[in-house]
Amino acid sequence: MDNAGIVNATATELLEWLGSGECTSVEVTQAYLDRIAEHDGQIGSFLSLRNDAALEQAAEIDKRRKNGEPLGSLAGVPVAVKDLLCTRGELTTCASKMLSGFRPPYDATVVEKLQAADAVLIGKTNLDEFAMGGSTENSALQVTRNPWDTARAPGGSSGGAAACVAASMAPLSVGTDTGGSIRQPAGLCGVTGMKPTYGRVSRFGLVAFASSLDQIGPLAHTAEDAARLLEVLAGHDPRDATSLERAVPSYSQQIGKPLEGLRIGIVPEQFDSGVAQDVTSAVREAVRVYESLGAKVSEIALPHSKYSVATYYVISSCEASSNLARYDGVHYGYRSESSDPTRDTTGDEGDNALVSMYRRTRAEGLGSEVKRRIMLGTYALSAGYYDAYYLKALKVRRLIRNDFDKAFEHVDVIAGPITAATAFRLGEKVDDPLAMYLVDLFTVSANLSGICGLSVPCGFDRDDLPIGLQLQAPPLEEERLLRAAHMFQMATDWHQRRPSP
Amino acid sequence: MSLTRQDVEKVSLLARLSLSDEELTVMTSQLGDIVGYVDQLAELETEGVEPMAHAVDVFNVFRDDVVRPSLPRDEALAGAPRDDGECFLVPAVLGD
Repeated sequence: MDNAGIVNATATELLEWLGSGECTSVEVTQAYLDRIAEHDGQIGSFLSLRNDAALEQAAEIDKRRKNGEPLGSLAGVPVAVKDLLCTRGELTTCASKMLSGFRPPYDATVVEKLQAADAVLIGKTNLDEFAMGGSTENSALQVTRNPWDTARAPGGSSGGAAACVAASMAPLSVGTDTGGSIRQPAGLCGVTGMKPTYGRVSRFGLVAFASSLDQIGPLAHTAEDAARLLEVLAGHDPRDATSLERAVPSYSQQIGKPLEGLRIGIVPEQFDSGVAQDVTSAVREAVRVYESLGAKVSEIALPHSKYSVATYYVISSCEASSNLARYDGVHYGYRSESSDPTRDTTGDEGDNALVSMYRRTRAEGLGSEVKRRIMLGTYALSAGYYDAYYLKALKVRRLIRNDFDKAFEHVDVIAGPITAATAFRLGEKVDDPLAMYLVDLFTVSANLSGICGLSVPCGFDRDDLPIGLQLQAPPLEEERLLRAAHMFQMATDWHQRRPSP
Repeated sequence: MSLTRQDVEKVSLLARLSLSDEELTVMTSQLGDIVGYVDQLAELETEGVEPMAHAVDVFNVFRDDVVRPSLPRDEALAGAPRDDGECFLVPAVLGD
């Protein structure tokens, strides 16, 4: 098995070959590390690599396999992890200057689960700072480029996680999704990415952005691979009080069962003039593929969806303003050493030394998008505005969830575009925060309502850029979603295309 | 509803952020646009609608009131910008 064969394989294929002895975990890990060394300079998906540690881990797994010892379900398969998840003793930067040297004293639950499954963690991937963004351009540390066109953004905030899988630098990656941050970059990079139901995966050790919206999920080339990874990530965790006490189905065992009489709902507004023509054609064609497989398609209404971006930005910014208050230069991370009062125009007079330190630390350590959201959230929660903004948004959230509950009485999954357009150019939206927020148009409502959703490749546009099909299902219907995605991937081969090396 | 520069200054104190003159100008304008955009929520009738703060209904998730090992002091202080081996050190809260 040569390196090209390895890095172009799916995780499922790798597991077969590892199981039959056609290759060793060390060979697989080395192949990916070589690919990263030769190619990531052009893409910038990784912030840090675990070269030696990964090879040691791989060697240990090979030894245990040789001795006939029991192995975890992902034994020997390399996995990349978004740098928003804590890895004990190893850099966890959240792509922020605030945490650029931070080494957490504990592993995230999902990291522990990956270790227990004998996955080989190869490195941490780039993201928008503290997960705030839709293009990974808000990373304070480096740029990540779309492997299909390096002048374009990979999407965000899990841009590194999506790009490294797309560019064959990892077969699997773990991302996070608060407003679309797994599904949107998956769509723009031509890979499969899923946001599970809120509470399906433990958030312990996930650096919090918006606690009622954040979820961790898999990115891979296929729904089958995503299913294998989700099985490992999912499950109740007493350390996360919002995690659900529900058994985890064997997603990968069930995935081959097609869904008879699948009822698909489409929302007419998601196919109107606001969406690029090539995207609409590809998604309509994907729906026709489902019809040819026996699915029944009907139109549904999600009447409050036009308010979803506004609702999302109020709620997520409010929660972020609270969650990011901990970055104060006291316990860990960056502390401002500057004592230059002429730099500041806000505050100073009347600020005691501690408040002054807080303000300067945060001003210097946090990027502009993060500051903008903290400011918006603080404003919306402040006296006099709480009812009009935060409370109002929570009520609209209920209306958005009610829309989905009603729709799912008549359909099994909702299908539509993941984004209104394909990958945009780096720099195109950085000066227009609102335009950037609108890239999340089709994804935020799943986070607001807590349901599950995924994106699968369904075509390419005239510039050869990937187009993603979004499927959404009711809470805890990940199995249905994965089977539906798998059905599509058995009937099409969009997911098999990779960018030219 | 547009924000004034003073509004933004007040919020910056609440948010424990210093903003330079230029940042204050840009922030006032950008926040103004964003708040203007989210103001559309006021169009909706939400009388009697129960606010939704959690995506899934889970209530009163407690653990047993039993002492368990927690983060050792030296690990807790390991990332501290300033500490004295026992506590985190910060600039003065009272006085100058």
